[in-house]
Amino acid sequence: MKITPLHDSHIALKAKMAEFAGYDMPIQYENGVMAEHNWTREKCGIFDVSHMGQITVQGADAAALWEKLTPSAISKLGSGVAKYTVLTNAEGGMVDDLIITRLSDDKFFAVINAGCKDKDIGWIQQNLPDGVKFDHLDDRSLLAIQGPLAEQVLRDVLKIDATNLGYMRYMESGEFFISRLGYTGEDGFEISVPNKNAAVVWAQFLAHPDVRPIGLAARDSLRLEMGYPLYGHDINADTSPVEADLVWIMGKDKHRSGYIGEKTVKKHLEDGAPRMRVGVKLTNRGVAREGAEIFLQNGQKIGDLTSGGFSPTLNASIGQGYIDPKLGKVGDEVLVRVRGRDIAAVIASLPFVPPKTKRSSK
Amino acid sequence: MSAVKYTNDHEWIKVEGDTAWIGITTYARHALGDLVYLELPETGRQVKKGDNFAVVESVKAASEIYTPVSGEIVSVNDNLQDNLDDLKEDIDKGWIVKVKMNNPAEAEGLMDQASYAKFTDSLS
Repeated sequence: MKITPLHDSHIALKAKMAEFAGYDMPIQYENGVMAEHNWTREKCGIFDVSHMGQITVQGADAAALWEKLTPSAISKLGSGVAKYTVLTNAEGGMVDDLIITRLSDDKFFAVINAGCKDKDIGWIQQNLPDGVKFDHLDDRSLLAIQGPLAEQVLRDVLKIDATNLGYMRYMESGEFFISRLGYTGEDGFEISVPNKNAAVVWAQFLAHPDVRPIGLAARDSLRLEMGYPLYGHDINADTSPVEADLVWIMGKDKHRSGYIGEKTVKKHLEDGAPRMRVGVKLTNRGVAREGAEIFLQNGQKIGDLTSGGFSPTLNASIGQGYIDPKLGKVGDEVLVRVRGRDIAAVIASLPFVPPKTKRSSK
Repeated sequence: MSAVKYTNDHEWIKVEGDTAWIGITTYARHALGDLVYLELPETGRQVKKGDNFAVVESVKAASEIYTPVSGEIVSVNDNLQDNLDDLKEDIDKGWIVKVKMNNPAEAEGLMDQASYAKFTDSLS
């Protein structure tokens, strides 16, 4: 199993470790998932996300590469701006979801999912135009600090003032690549740091009284409250961005041509998608997880949950899944079947909890 | 009244006559982490040794609870659903079900407290 440069630090913190995407990762630390979740919502959590892939592409046709691989108009992205988007496959499904940051006119930084790294790198290299250079920054680790105190923590620990850095904005400071974004819905930063310094920086953050380590279990409950999809569960090679309710990543350019898989995406845009990703909130007791079936009151099945769990913030079970949009819509009362029992639920819009990310600077 | 016995799956069982009180151990409780829901069976259900009769949900995952003895579930501790903290080795409050046993001999091969303590030590 692979490990991150912070593996020894997790063991020293007595984390419960388990395999995730081929890596031995901390699932939770000593305080438990609920406490970690709430700490991130109230203070500042630090996450080791070094298993994720960091890449750059550079060259005159770098923007054109992204405009072929994603449905987003990446050429319009300003320097220092990050954008969430997806890599589409020939059938209009998704190879991965990722965040692409424009560093300069001809250079882009991107963060890709750990479990998709090899696949993505092959896909990008296969489509790489002449004169564009691809780099996998496997000499760098990635830490996320997330929570309402993250800006102050960054100032206290690394002496970096991000007051004027907007949401989805990027800056460099010495050896650090700092992006104001995350996977929790809180204000916060992802900090790329050279592997050789990762453990020292991690320890410096943990020495701050408002910072605690957060494992992957709380990372999952935090992102579920935000309705963020998890690749391999809520989105995959067979779901189009339209079905996944990700049309917003295309912005004003949703009818743009020239990207892989556009035929299916445009068909779904024009005719409507055969299924749609929605939120599902249980209104009765129980917990529904991935694979639970969704039924109408009359017993007709309308879809399945692709992820689900308990929301500490709402004190209720929440999830997301796909339903046939002809049979159900937001607000409808449905039943979710868990081990043969039907639990009352409602189709909900996402996010479940309003995000507290910093407003984008103008 | 007999002593409490334990299973490899971290259930405790206390036998009184032909009735077994079944719960989960404090060790299991700590391993599960923050509990959020307990799914209970109906009274009257027939169970066989090894059957899953209840499910405890933590924030992370669902964990099944198994009966070490066969028989009929004659009583269910509904109080636990609102008092998940009681779900531990607490004979008065923490029992999940009472099973009227068909074959009380099934309870005899289980671990005693000393063996279970040795067993959990070997896990950590």
